[in-house]
Amino acid sequence: MPRIPLGEAIEASINFFVENFSFLTIAFTRIMEGVISFMENTLMLLHPLLFIVIVAALVFWLTRKRGLSLFSLAGLLLIWNMQLWDATVSTITLVLIATLTALVIGIPIGIVAALSSRVNRVVQPVLDVMQTMPAFVYLIPAIPFFGLGKVAAIFATVIFSMPPAIRLTCLGIQQVPKDLVECADAFGSSRWQKLFKLQLPMATPTIMAGVNQTVMLALSMVVIAAMIGARGLGGEVWRAIQRLQMGSGFEAGIAIVIVAIILDRVLQHLGSKKQ
Amino acid sequence: MESENKIKIRVENLTKIFGPKSRIPEAQQLLEKGENKENILKKTKCGIGVSNASFTVMEGEIIVIMGLSGSGKSTLVRCLNRLIDPTEGKIFIDDEDITTLSPNELRRVRLTKLGMVFQNFALFPHRTVCQNAEYGLEIQGMAPEERRQKAFTALEQVGLKGWENHYPHNLSGGMQQRVGLARALAMDPDILLMDEAFSALDPLIRSDMQDELIGLQQQLQKTIVFISHDLDEALKLGDRIILMKDGAIVQSGTAEEILTNPATEYVARFVENVDISKVLTAESVMIKPKAMASPEVHGPKSALRFMQKEGFSQIFVHDKKKQVIGLVSADAASEAAQRGEKDLFSIMQKDFIHVTPDTPAADLIPILADIPYPLPVLENGKMKGIIIRGSLLAALSERGRSSDNA
Ligand SMILES: Nc1ncnc2c1ncn2[C@@H]1O[C@H](COP(=O)(O)OP(=O)(O)OP(=O)(O)O)[C@@H](O)[C@H]1O
Ligand SMILES: [Mg+2]
Repeated sequence: MPRIPLGEAIEASINFFVENFSFLTIAFTRIMEGVISFMENTLMLLHPLLFIVIVAALVFWLTRKRGLSLFSLAGLLLIWNMQLWDATVSTITLVLIATLTALVIGIPIGIVAALSSRVNRVVQPVLDVMQTMPAFVYLIPAIPFFGLGKVAAIFATVIFSMPPAIRLTCLGIQQVPKDLVECADAFGSSRWQKLFKLQLPMATPTIMAGVNQTVMLALSMVVIAAMIGARGLGGEVWRAIQRLQMGSGFEAGIAIVIVAIILDRVLQHLGSKKQ
Repeated sequence: MESENKIKIRVENLTKIFGPKSRIPEAQQLLEKGENKENILKKTKCGIGVSNASFTVMEGEIIVIMGLSGSGKSTLVRCLNRLIDPTEGKIFIDDEDITTLSPNELRRVRLTKLGMVFQNFALFPHRTVCQNAEYGLEIQGMAPEERRQKAFTALEQVGLKGWENHYPHNLSGGMQQRVGLARALAMDPDILLMDEAFSALDPLIRSDMQDELIGLQQQLQKTIVFISHDLDEALKLGDRIILMKDGAIVQSGTAEEILTNPATEYVARFVENVDISKVLTAESVMIKPKAMASPEVHGPKSALRFMQKEGFSQIFVHDKKKQVIGLVSADAASEAAQRGEKDLFSIMQKDFIHVTPDTPAADLIPILADIPYPLPVLENGKMKGIIIRGSLLAALSERGRSSDNA
């Protein structure tokens, strides 16, 4: 039996896009790189100590949890002490941009999928593919479009971390009790009124759970994305692997865990508060 | 109840069949052939929600829809504001065909004319009681201050003053139901659709709310379509009652018509537990007085003769304008006749107890026990009939029996 040239077909079509559109994506990359380094530099302007205190205060203000606030303080100080501060800021910047992008794209898609069963039928299998495809695979086409570096990393991260935002937004809206939607209809609500006055507010806790997962996935992706030059904490881990430096590998790993815990707890709190 | 006799809602041959689209025509045909609900479900997998229902509701009328669980009450009412799209039939509200409206026109009608209270409350959990009550107004685009004011008024009306800033889950079921009612009232719609709106209330508050609703309806001339499981509630609220079975209307009419003359065994079984004396009125148990005396033409002697002839010991007296002014007893008349007096006035008892035609029969029994004369039923001072104990009891037992046996 002849081999079906599936891989060749995919490669050919990607190449087609690269040949015809990469000038656009490359231009986009230049701009994005500027934006990213501007953000990083702005954050670096702050003295790390000041930054850390601000974060701890912010955590307390958002969650009113003294323990978590102290943990943030101690954890970030440890990171600074390990001389991983610059890498951490770079990672946070990357995660921030990737997550925001994923949410800005994912939440509206989730809304549309929840409201239209036809869109939903298309979106669900695409999401299945996105979630089960090994994350490394996204890195390969990211390079010809965006070149080696942070923008390619962000692209791969966005794709990898978007599915939960879409899925949980969709789920949250679908879970709004049918009788409440009916009631909103009975009172003459328009589509938008129904969405903004009923469905979105009621779906918020679920959507926030999706946001949380998106952030966590983005954070886990940055290590992988380091392979295509994302640097940051992932870069530290990657370098440690290549040189078999167990100690500094674990240090960078711990720094990622600290950042993850802080983000996770704060977002979880924001999600549950709305109920 | 006086109404201007303007038809507010007209429903013509309304049918709603639930099920897969492709099989609905088949189910429709079977339904037309008179096949019953179970068989249609078995053959076509289609459920009959409402089958060929027609009725009208007058402006300012309270109509109560009754029937067992699953008889299609909610479905029927949901068709009225098209939460459910009917399979067939027409619905006119103010002579506008609801079934053909575009989505935007439908929204306008819902916004301005139709308020709904839901069987399961359907309160928005993320909004406070006040925000729930003002939802309809918010959708109408009313300014925040104004709609808040109206929501407060409506909440006060249903006895929830002071709860404005709580969330629904902090309220008992009965209170939640009242929030649902306030939400509909705040919008001030012409028509209120109320799906078992009082079912979660305890008897005391329930009775209060029923009175409130009746008062409201008399004040504001709302047209109310009310679903109820409770026959006593239906009798109290309903100007007319519609009884449903398996999606079809089996009988509609006033409470009395349904009770005294049930159309089918189903209706009879449905109404058999009602205390008949609560439903019958003075008018329906009174008898025609065989004779009346007028002072201008009759003296004690002729009055006495009337009484002897009919076997009564009292006769009522009316003046030229047919206003009942008193009664004369046989004893007094015979004494006066013996004394040779010619005047009825002097022996007439001027103060007497009377009732109006719509007095419930239950109220008549204690009155009759207290007075030694037949109870006159007057309307605008004129004699409509009299009630004697024997005739009241006979009427009650006979009506009671007819609904038991039918
Ligand atoms: N969405 C639906 N899909 C399919 N069948 C339905 C649907 N809604 C109602 N039905 C069917 O229509 C019939 C009438 O239901 P409906 O809810 O109108 O009854 P009801 O008289 O309001 O009962 P209850 O007193 O329990 O509220 C039932 O047999 C029910 O199974
Ligand atoms: Mg119902």
